[in-house]
Amino acid sequence: MLRVFWCVLLRDLTLALRRRTDVLTTLFFFIIVVSLFPLGVGTERQILQILGPGVVWVAALLASMLALERLFAADYEDGTLEQMVLTAQPLSLLVLAKITAHWLLTGLPLVLIAPLVGMQYHLSDDAILIMMVALLLGTPVLSLIGAIGAALTLGLRGGGILLSLLILPLYIPVLVYGAGAVTASGIDMADTRPYLALLGAFLVAALTFAPLASSAALKISIE
Amino acid sequence: MASNWFRFAAPASFYPTAGRLIPVFWILTGVCLLAGLYWGFFQTPDQLGGSNAQKEYYRIIFIHVPAAWMSMWLYVVMVGWAAIGLVFNTRLSFMMANAIAPTGAIFTFLALWTGSFWGRPSWGTYWDWDPRLTTELILFFMYIGYIALHSAIDDTRRADRAAALLAIVGLVMVPLIFWSVNCPDPNQCAALHQRSNLTQIEGNILFSMLAVTFGFWMYSFATTLMRLRSIILTREADNTWVQELLVKGDRA
Repeated sequence: MLRVFWCVLLRDLTLALRRRTDVLTTLFFFIIVVSLFPLGVGTERQILQILGPGVVWVAALLASMLALERLFAADYEDGTLEQMVLTAQPLSLLVLAKITAHWLLTGLPLVLIAPLVGMQYHLSDDAILIMMVALLLGTPVLSLIGAIGAALTLGLRGGGILLSLLILPLYIPVLVYGAGAVTASGIDMADTRPYLALLGAFLVAALTFAPLASSAALKISIE
Repeated sequence: MASNWFRFAAPASFYPTAGRLIPVFWILTGVCLLAGLYWGFFQTPDQLGGSNAQKEYYRIIFIHVPAAWMSMWLYVVMVGWAAIGLVFNTRLSFMMANAIAPTGAIFTFLALWTGSFWGRPSWGTYWDWDPRLTTELILFFMYIGYIALHSAIDDTRRADRAAALLAIVGLVMVPLIFWSVNCPDPNQCAALHQRSNLTQIEGNILFSMLAVTFGFWMYSFATTLMRLRSIILTREADNTWVQELLVKGDRA
């Protein structure tokens, strides 16, 4: 079972690294969106410090959502996905591997670039640290929940916009606690622990249920 | 008598039954709404509360609260039918879920709309990021998402099943979303909605509120069944019984 997981994971990573621009576009989309906000709302230090956590999270939401369309699309078009559904291996395991690869390519870069973005918004070192931890816990949840939507909208015309309509409301808990953790770090570092614990709980719950729901959705979309 | 549980699961046998039920539900709707609104406008106190009293405008509660209740209840009912459809693979259940969605969305919108008109005189604002307002708005988005996904997929079978799965995922998320916007620490954010329970409400107000709720419920039945009948006709248009029905011009 573990070997199948690794096999799909490595395959997806290899495929993605052969077309590096796809990965980089998501990252640069994130950076550009985050950089646009100060130009729109003004560059005063205090305003930026208040806005920072929320802006970073909303940008992360949008970036991970934009990339979701590609999660199953290529495999669906060339028929690989159908073969995956037909294999003797549990589909949810294969889906989990694909989601993991997707997160490594779109979620993890956002976590790593977070300090840079934090500096743009004059966040303190503590806040940046908490932001990285929160993103590390939260972005996998985004990929996991998003996979359900990506599977449901597979191969539809206007799938991208539809996907955002379906998935963005479901992202709200992650957004609230993710941004909340960073805001709380400005008051007292000890206050951030409940937020991070809840994000961790979301991650565990999403890891358990989202692959099952996505594979059910894939079966509906493919049959 | 051996009863067949799935007798009414066949669209052909439910169609005439629905037709007979619709007038009954419309009559019940009319009676309940008239009674509830009459009682609400003429048999209840003119103002509420002590020092900072809510004047006549509090009467919007007779629409607002029932609409909010129905918006949530209809989502649960919709998910129930969607789940039954996924489990038993009955076409009619999906059609039912489908027929409920627009009514639910309308009640959600109505609750938001009346709420903002009530909020203006009593809180001094049309909109605030109060937990209940936010959750209701998100519920509205969920209804829209369900309807949008269903109408985006051309293949009916896939549309039914995909939208059903989305509705179920949505139901799991609703409590989560509610708690998240309700914030982990109640000291940090103020809720404009006061805590309340049904036992604290004055008898006359409670009566008319419940009467209007029942009226809305019957209205949901009536509109859902009407929509269901047209969905059945559209989807079963190729079947003989529908064509016979159209030839005979039988509208019952």
